[in-house]
Amino acid sequence: MKRRQFLRNTISGVVLPTFLQGISLKALAGTPGLHARHAVLNDDRVLVLIQLAGGNDGINTVIPFDQYSAYTAARPNIYLPAEKVLRLNGFDATAFNPAMVNMQHLFNEGRLGVVQAVSYPKPNFSHFRATDIWMSGSDSDKVVSSGWAGRFLQDIYPQFPDNFPNEVMPDPLAIQVGAVVSTALQGPLFTMGMAISNPAGFYKLVEGKVNVNANSRWGEQLDYIELMSQKTDQYATVIKNAAQKVTAQSPVWPAAGKNPLADQLKIVSRLIAGGLKTKVYMVSTGSFDTHAKQTETDTTTGTHAKLLQRVSEAIGAFMADLQFLQTEQRVMGMTFSEFGRRIKSNASGGTDHGAAAPVFYFGHAIKPGIVGANPVIPEKVNVNDNVPMQFDFRSLYTSVLQNWFNMPAQDVQQILMGDFAPVPII
Amino acid sequence: MEIPAVTSSLKKYKGKWGPPEVKHLLKRTLFGARKEDIDLFASKSLRHTIQHLLHTEEPTPAPPINHYNDEKYTDEEIQAGATWITATKLNGMNSGRRRNSFKAWWLGCMLNQQTTLREKMVLFWHNHFATEMKTVDNPTMIYKHNVLLRQYALGNFKAMVRAITVDAAMLKYLNGNANTRKAPDENYGRELQELFTVGKGPGSQYTEEDVKAAARVLTGFRINNKSLPDIHGVFDAGRHDESDKQFSAFYNNQVIKGRKGKEGEAELDELLDLIFRQPEVARFICRKLYRFFVYHQVDEASEKNIIEPLAHTFRQNNYDIKPVLERLLSSRHFFDMGNRGSIIKSPVDLAVGLCREFNITFPGEESYVEQYNCWFNIQTIASQMQQNIGDPPNVAGWPAYYQEPLYDKSWISSDTLPKRTAFTDRMVNNGFARTSKKILIDPVLYTKQLSAPGDPNKLIDELAALLYAVELPVEEKQYMKTGILLQGLQGMASDHYWTDAWNKLLEKPADAANVRNVTNKLKNLLKYMMSLPQYQLM
Repeated sequence: MKRRQFLRNTISGVVLPTFLQGISLKALAGTPGLHARHAVLNDDRVLVLIQLAGGNDGINTVIPFDQYSAYTAARPNIYLPAEKVLRLNGFDATAFNPAMVNMQHLFNEGRLGVVQAVSYPKPNFSHFRATDIWMSGSDSDKVVSSGWAGRFLQDIYPQFPDNFPNEVMPDPLAIQVGAVVSTALQGPLFTMGMAISNPAGFYKLVEGKVNVNANSRWGEQLDYIELMSQKTDQYATVIKNAAQKVTAQSPVWPAAGKNPLADQLKIVSRLIAGGLKTKVYMVSTGSFDTHAKQTETDTTTGTHAKLLQRVSEAIGAFMADLQFLQTEQRVMGMTFSEFGRRIKSNASGGTDHGAAAPVFYFGHAIKPGIVGANPVIPEKVNVNDNVPMQFDFRSLYTSVLQNWFNMPAQDVQQILMGDFAPVPII
Repeated sequence: MEIPAVTSSLKKYKGKWGPPEVKHLLKRTLFGARKEDIDLFASKSLRHTIQHLLHTEEPTPAPPINHYNDEKYTDEEIQAGATWITATKLNGMNSGRRRNSFKAWWLGCMLNQQTTLREKMVLFWHNHFATEMKTVDNPTMIYKHNVLLRQYALGNFKAMVRAITVDAAMLKYLNGNANTRKAPDENYGRELQELFTVGKGPGSQYTEEDVKAAARVLTGFRINNKSLPDIHGVFDAGRHDESDKQFSAFYNNQVIKGRKGKEGEAELDELLDLIFRQPEVARFICRKLYRFFVYHQVDEASEKNIIEPLAHTFRQNNYDIKPVLERLLSSRHFFDMGNRGSIIKSPVDLAVGLCREFNITFPGEESYVEQYNCWFNIQTIASQMQQNIGDPPNVAGWPAYYQEPLYDKSWISSDTLPKRTAFTDRMVNNGFARTSKKILIDPVLYTKQLSAPGDPNKLIDELAALLYAVELPVEEKQYMKTGILLQGLQGMASDHYWTDAWNKLLEKPADAANVRNVTNKLKNLLKYMMSLPQYQLM
């Protein structure tokens, strides 16, 4: 806080150059960094985070095709056939799961990239703890109760929630589709996000409907409370207005209820196009905890393929819709999962909790391609072999905060509680 | 959509007796239903439970004390920690402090209630014989008035009206003390009929002449305030109107003969006899009880099947309250599924109910300053949600109990609903801190008393059964499991992640990361559950 005060004062003309480790104020003032807070407030860039809860099996998602024989040896019961995997333009060594057709297209068009083997030192194998680490952006052995995106928003809007919404920021700072705002959006003191309970709830809000329970005494009372609850949400009106500005969305969206992630992203796209100044959106899809039978006998089908197909289809439709609504320059997205899975598949046709895994990022303004190398699959794979980390997940966040949101490096270090080298994704 | 009528009768309920029925009965008759009480009474019978609620002698609470010395004021007369009801001095410095002490104390009476109907009935009668502390403006009178409500809470209604009529606080509040033969004041004479006895229903046809006549009967009562602790109402024959009082056809054109001297006080008893001969009195009170304990709307069917026979019981028992409550609360109608969950919790039900249901530990007597301050925190919360005990909006009480068409829906507004959720969130997150003391929900301790907390399905089912009066949609429970307890992990196969975390908490309580994980999940779960509209119903 004191540091912020100092920056404010320097901007308004109090010259105390030595405080910034000898760097003269003039030089600092010349960089976009010093005005970043202002810039972040005014730019209309948006980050969409997609959580793949349960721990996505990275190796069957982004296949180390250059080590195909080692790959099949490590995963005799679930490996994907060489002729079925999706090849990537300019990246022969790597391929996508056959279920990821839309994401393959995006990759080949240069609008989607992969960062290989993302994790953090001393990875944790508990879903809950590992999720908390990803959400909070803490070291593995530190417990931090605020979330990295929450701290980012708190840095831009330090007064929140007092006197919010206001003219400068009439909209929710962050929106989570889901009933509980996730840890990632938790600020140091307050949660910086608001939750839209679920897609069905969202459309009821937009249309001003409530669940009709009125065929009983308690049901009629409940309807009244629900209606009042909709009316009183301080952000309900702005969300409703934003949604109502968008009267048509891309025809490529799957039908409602078919793809839960697509349903969530469709709402996000609509709100972005509707003009909300909300900086961060978070959506989530689960069931990636594939301990058993993650594929059918035909390994291109089954649970994992279905999950990836949904993710791929949802991201594909989302990107198409951004273009349809002409918001594509404003948006970038990123997936994350609390961990990857073991290199060797288990006897139940599944994979157990592992370490590093690939992260996908997408948008029209990103630097496409694959960052990092394929994980090395040992010739003789051991049941406990894990994909070692190539990139700390906080390096990706650093890139997003620094290069997408134009936050000054010092602020980013403070938000992420350390100095993490950015990765070339934006 | 038309809400189906609930047509079941006052006949004795003979259906299933288990935790859902006990919970329904306790949530309506106490402030919140605690798990241990539900379990206890579920192992007994309805009859036993009703007997217990109605006939257990609950000790009279110790009077409010001086917890209020601060940097600006020290009460020279009343020692810190001693009761101020014996005080002989009242001034601008101690009056407000004692009023706050009183409100905190009363809230404490509710929090510490035993499993009897008494405290709920005290609140019922406070709403019925509404007085405002800010008008009465005398903490001693206010305390004595409250003692009176408690004394008669489950007693005889007619005797209660008699006592209230000559109670100092009421004499002050409705100007009975200014009602003299030279300058009769109609205020109390009117409210006695309109609000306290015959009411304003279609069966009540008292006239303006009756108001005037009643006022004249009541002339002469005033407050004897020579000495503060003994302050009380007295009959002053010199101020009494000794002429005859003529009542209207509604009261069978009865005349109350004017009496001379001290005898004048007896006219009050004649007046009450005259009023209580009207069958409308019993109906009016029964309707109010119905709204308080069953459902806000008294439809035609309920008027005929419930109110009429209940009023009959009331009259047959010479206006004793207990037989009426016993009949209503043991009835098929009360336990009808159609009536369960149909009341929106009052702020006091919500706030006190939460503290009791979660067994929140308040500071003990030895820390009486913190104790009173914590009680006052909860009182303030209820007040912010628009139920300020001691200071209802006016003499009619809270609109939730009389104002058509909203009734208890009027508790819920764009102002109060967010406050309700802010309160439930706060009690999970940080609670209230007073120096070294803190009142806060302990989610782990609470969960430990459940039968199978390691099974996420049973945990959610059991919590839902305790916290809600109505069934929750299956999808909602599913969401709570996968979205909160399992954080996106789905399916039966993933349940063990929660089970493992819970078991680890029991086996390795020193594993701080796990304790934190489990605690946070339970906190999120409780916050979510209490933020649902279902939590507002009882």
